This record gives sequence, C-alpha cells and structure tokens, in this order.
Amino acid sequence: MLRLTPFTYVTPASVAEAVQLRKQYGDEAAYMGGGTDLLPNIKHRLAEPKFVIGLRSLREMQSIVREESGGLRLGGSVRLSQLEHSPLVRNEYPALADAAAVISSPQVRRVGTLGGNICLDVRCNYYNQSEHWRRAVGFCMKKDSEICRVAPGSDRCWAVSSADTVPVLLAHGAQVAVFGPAGERLLPLEELYRDDGLVPMALQPDEVVAAVRLPPPNGLRVVYSKLRIRMSFDFPLVGAATGLALDVDGMVRQSRIFLTAVASLPMRVRAAEELLIGRPLTDELIRAAGDQVFRSTHPMDNTEGSIPHRKRMARVYVERALRDFARANPDA
Amino acid sequence: MKSLFTLRINGEDRTLAFEHSKTLLEVLREDLDLTGTKHGCELGECGACTVLVDGEPVVSCLFLAVEAVGHDVTTIEGLQHGSVLHPVQVAFAEWGGSQCGYCTPGMILSAVALLEQNPHPSRDDIKEALAGNLCRCTGYTKIIEAVEAAAGSMTDGRRLHAQAG
Repeated sequence: MLRLTPFTYVTPASVAEAVQLRKQYGDEAAYMGGGTDLLPNIKHRLAEPKFVIGLRSLREMQSIVREESGGLRLGGSVRLSQLEHSPLVRNEYPALADAAAVISSPQVRRVGTLGGNICLDVRCNYYNQSEHWRRAVGFCMKKDSEICRVAPGSDRCWAVSSADTVPVLLAHGAQVAVFGPAGERLLPLEELYRDDGLVPMALQPDEVVAAVRLPPPNGLRVVYSKLRIRMSFDFPLVGAATGLALDVDGMVRQSRIFLTAVASLPMRVRAAEELLIGRPLTDELIRAAGDQVFRSTHPMDNTEGSIPHRKRMARVYVERALRDFARANPDA
Repeated sequence: MKSLFTLRINGEDRTLAFEHSKTLLEVLREDLDLTGTKHGCELGECGACTVLVDGEPVVSCLFLAVEAVGHDVTTIEGLQHGSVLHPVQVAFAEWGGSQCGYCTPGMILSAVALLEQNPHPSRDDIKEALAGNLCRCTGYTKIIEAVEAAAGSMTDGRRLHAQAG
C-alpha cells in the first residue's frame, strides 16, 4: 500500500489567503492544484508536507478570459480537460489544446490543472519510484543521496522537465502571473525555469502560478508532437513544440522551438530558430534546422526509451512540423 | 488531522470522520466498505479506482476524500436500481466485457459517463473515453462492443436489463 503521509488540508478563500497560509506554515506546507503530481510524490515519500493548501477550488483562478490585447488569460486552476475542450483555446491556440489532450489519461486531465503542469516536478527513472525502490539503489541526488544515478560522476541532477503544455506556451511567448506576498508579478514564462534538476524553478516557495497570459497568435502557428510508449498515461520521452510565422512573401518571420523531456528545463533550440529566420522554407532549410535540433539535443538515460531514439525523434518532430507549414504555404 | 465530514455517495449522505490525508479510494473501501471500487496502482496509472465525481470519471486514488465534500460521488454500487442492473452492466456481462473483473467497475463508470454525455459515441469516442482504464484480460475488443451494445440499448429506449431478467 502506498499511503499518504498525514497532513492537514486547508482551503483558502483567495489566492492572497493561500499565500498568507503558506507564510504562516512555512516550509512544512505545499500548494496543491489537482494533486495528480503532488500526491504520487507524497506516496513515494518525495515530499512530506504537513499542510496542503488546496488551490483547485479558487474561483479567481478557474477562468479563461479574453484580454484587451486580444490574447487569453488562463487561470492557474483551469483543468487540463478544460484546455482540451475550450473552443477559444481549440480555435486560437490549437497546439495548447493538443498538448493538454495528450497528458496522462482522461481521469487525470479532469483533475490536473494548468498551474500544476507548469509547476510539474522534474522526473527521472531513479526519482519517481517508491521509497523502497529508491532505498534499494541507494537513493539519488534529488532526494536523500549525494549521487546522481544517471551520471554518477556529475555534480548536478539531470531529472527532466516533463510538462506537455509548457513548450507550447513558451512557443507562444506566454507570460506568467505569479502571486506572492508582495502581490502579483508578471514575467516571461521562460524565466520561470532553470537548467537544474535540484531547483528547476525560479519560483519562490510561497509564490503561486495564478495565471498564464497568452499574446494573440498574430500569425504564429504552433504544432506539438509527443513521443511516448503508450498513447495514454505516459509522460513524454521527448516532445517538440514548433512555432512559425511566415511573411506574405513566404519568408520565415518568427520561429520558436522548444523541446520537453530532454533537459531539466523546457529547452529552447535557438540555433535552429535563428537558422530559419528571414529564409523561405525549402526542403534544404528544413533539413538544416533538423540537424541543428539533433545536434543541440542531449538526452540522458533518465526516462524510458533509448537516447538515440529520443534524440532522433526531436529532429523528426521539428522537421515534420516545418514540412507541414511549408505545405500549408505552397508559395513559400 | 481527523475531522468529521459529510460525503454524498450514490445519492446518500454519509457522515464520518477521516484523516485529511485519506484518498477517496481509501475512505470508500476502508471506511464505507464500498469495495466495488478497486485498488490498483495507487498512482493514477491504471484507472481501476475510477469513480464519478459530479458525473465525471476521476481516479479516486489521487483524489482526496476531503475534496469530494460538497460533490456527488457515484461508485459502481450506485449504478443498479434494487436488483436491476444498469444497461452498461448488463451489456458487459452479455458481451464478455469482463473477464477477471478487476478493471470492470472503473471501466463501466467511464463508459456510463461517456453515454450520459454522448448517447451515440463512435468507436473512437469509446476508445478515448476508456483510455484511462487498463484491462489486461480482454484485449478491449469485447469491452468496446459492450459499450456499443449498451449505447444501442439505452437509445432504443429498450430496457436491456428487463430482457436480461
């Protein structure tokens, strides 16, 4: 039996009260959105909060709202199934609906939240295991040991960022509204992540991801593709969000490429983005961009699947998306 | 911390004390003796513990019982009326949708929620609705056929359970 450790569950009436409670309880408290990431982690003794602050019923974080800019504001407690089925999201940011729809299973998406996916703990074969299992291998650097089992000589943890929605949000240039003791601050979502498995987020412990702000797409189209063993339940072995905007003359005006599950943060492939800018989407250019993605991707042996397969699929997904864009714009 | 809560289970208010850190699965099985809800992986990866909260399937192993307060919970025990089975239950029995039976309660609840929302599901709709329920026996074909048969019997207005009886 995998039991939860005992905790007191509290439901704040507002985000401000949630932050207040977090301050009061200190590091013994954990925020919880849907709980589909936190509760397995507690069952595995990767987290043992004495207080759990429930965010899922906060009305102020549950809505999808049109902004004056023409973009959307998505509350942190919006459920993944809402993203999947919202006509607004589906029509204007289809890759976000696609990414939400390939997370875990229907049951989990009905409970899991956008904020939870944004704050998803990094994952590793040696970390997301029961306490019994982890003890048997001598634990790992991320929890209860000094040694990284994936790269024992390394001085860092290589657990991978595994969120599906995040690369898409990043490709769209999302901002995040973070609520803390001093009120709300707005920052580019990209600044929330660090390439460090031990401390993968630049979020203060008492801060809540209150909302995500998406700018209007303005011609930017994004495609999300995910490699996983089964078509349900599984976390990504690699995922690619490929975003592109073309000029009227078919030249690439904007390109944004983010990979998930190959680094401790959602990895931006700037070299490939820069290669594309200002050029027409020829087969040659698409292959060159794919080469760049391949060369920039260095997965470690910390998920299911083989390293060469994951590395190769990063290239395949980006090239496939670019070819689809080129086909949709035959003049390019 | 243990507190007194009232849960609405299968249309009935049940007041009991439980720890905040108890999952809905644990309270159903261990405190309320509703053992029709099965205990599988405990990590949200198998769907054996699926119940309906406000008509929507969720995995009760990753759902705190305290968060179910104020919501309607339906378990497999809540589907039949007296001795009369729900049409989906009858269809699973008749079409061989159940072999070892361990996934069956969760599978049936996912199917019931689908048919409530979409009385004429396509085969793909059924596969998607059941994508969170693992079965290791049937190969799924008979399960999908059972859901199709149940959809037919429910929309025909025929009482499939009356036939079965």
